[in-house]
Amino acid sequence: MPFIPHTEADVAEMLAAIGAPDVESLFAEIPGELRVRALAGVPEGLNEQQVMRLMQARARQDGLPLNFIGAGAYPHHIPAAVWALVSRGEFYSAYTPYQAEASQGTLQTIYEYQSMITALTGMQVANASMYDGATAVSEACLMAVRANRKSTSARILIPTTVHPHYRAVTQASTGGQGLELKTSAYLRASGQTDLAAFASYEGQDVTALVIQQPNFFGVLEEVDALTDWAHARGALVIAVVNPISLAVLKAPAQWGTRGADIVVGDGQPLGCPLSSGGPYFGFMATRMDFVRQMPGRIVGRTVDLDGRPGFTLTLQAREQHIRRGKATSNICTNQGLLMIAGTIYTALMGAEGLERVAYACMSRSAELVTALSRVPGVRSAFSGARFHEAVLLLDRPAAPVLEALAARGIEAGLDLSGYYPELGSALLVCATEVHTAEDIATYAAALAEVLKSARVA
Amino acid sequence: MSNVPTDRMYARSHEWAHEQADGTVAVGISDHAQESLGDLVFVEVPEVGRTLQQGEACAVVESVKAASDVYAPVAGTVVAVNQALAQAPELINKDPYGDGWILRLKPSAALATADLLKAEAYTTLAEAG
Repeated sequence: MPFIPHTEADVAEMLAAIGAPDVESLFAEIPGELRVRALAGVPEGLNEQQVMRLMQARARQDGLPLNFIGAGAYPHHIPAAVWALVSRGEFYSAYTPYQAEASQGTLQTIYEYQSMITALTGMQVANASMYDGATAVSEACLMAVRANRKSTSARILIPTTVHPHYRAVTQASTGGQGLELKTSAYLRASGQTDLAAFASYEGQDVTALVIQQPNFFGVLEEVDALTDWAHARGALVIAVVNPISLAVLKAPAQWGTRGADIVVGDGQPLGCPLSSGGPYFGFMATRMDFVRQMPGRIVGRTVDLDGRPGFTLTLQAREQHIRRGKATSNICTNQGLLMIAGTIYTALMGAEGLERVAYACMSRSAELVTALSRVPGVRSAFSGARFHEAVLLLDRPAAPVLEALAARGIEAGLDLSGYYPELGSALLVCATEVHTAEDIATYAAALAEVLKSARVA
Repeated sequence: MSNVPTDRMYARSHEWAHEQADGTVAVGISDHAQESLGDLVFVEVPEVGRTLQQGEACAVVESVKAASDVYAPVAGTVVAVNQALAQAPELINKDPYGDGWILRLKPSAALATADLLKAEAYTTLAEAG
């Protein structure tokens, strides 16, 4: 069935009405050298049956490896009820609905979601979700420039302990808008952001400081000291957090004396399966003072003319369809389906369930680090307290080791040599509640074998 | 028929500028502007001390249906803002020329030399649409 609503007769009628001979003639004003005639490398279309065969074959190539990678996207157990519910027709949309108020159920779900994000972060208001963690960070930086009206520099400190992909996306999407992103070093012993390295910004205008907790190395930052340092110098604090970790860590609203100003992160750990980089969803929360500077949609609870409770899109004057070029953001929808998965997951787990997941993550990853550090040629890189990831140093290049382990069905971690060459041969590893003691033993034994055989060779 | 006091000057973008005894200039939006916007729900005022060019966006008035910039009718430095608007943006609807003032500027040039309209000319402009 074609998904194009116009029949050939419709098209002919429309062309006749405007006096154009054919569809191609509508594009005549585009110079020939700018036209893409054919897309190289794109094969002929396949039918549904052929596509299913192809995708099954591709999926078999992936296999079902033991995955210890982490680095921003984490394997968690997702109760079967989550996606059974998300797949219901009433929920099955990628976006905030058009004629939003006609979809009261969807708006109520978004309102519940916003309430959960504010409960996890301790903040006063959350938006209806964003594309992913990386774009949420870049939007938070743009928001900070609007919200911090005492600052005119548009200078954002974003330490190297923040996820390298988040930094790259933020640079790409804000650099052209005049934001100046400054990185700073970390402490080689603990893996924490080095507060002393900020000394060069003393007396200078800094718009905001980005703090990731736990940071990219899995290490817990001194969030109170960092937050107070920023606030004492007129800078806002952007917290980048893992929602699962918030079940056991201090809520960003409680960081330091005044708390973080903007809180963002990737919602993937809440009910979204690992899937080649996405789709996931981003979240964002802030204090009420800054709500008009927040991008994205916001659902509010209200009453109708008869006094009955209902839900509505609110504060739309910030948005593109009202404010045009002066809108807070070009984001004018939300990541509907994944946000609903996150809401249902969080509702099913409850506060206690999330806390148990978080503690299981911490103890599994501690077991993993202990087991792997016993292997000759492997040691833990940092002394700082961790959540569920850790950096390991190897006595030889990581890439061939990872390759050998992949051949044994183990995705053993992320090679950090491209991102942090100063660490030498370093590996970022992660364990969550899905990893059993047996999985960890399997990894440790395989690593020992791979390193030993290489040493003999 | 909206109210256009003759004691002050008007910008084509619907702001008024009223010279005070101390030489500063109070700025707000006209009765016609508040009526067109409808019930205001939020007013964003500038930082005191900010220097403004004539015509520079310096405040935002947000109603239930729109958000509009307020432009500086004359160049100058912001010396005061109406803090009461944070809690009561409806002051602009109730009393656009009095309690609904938005900010006061120390002008960098005489008001008379700015390209502004007198009440009569502004009334003609506002009535034209």
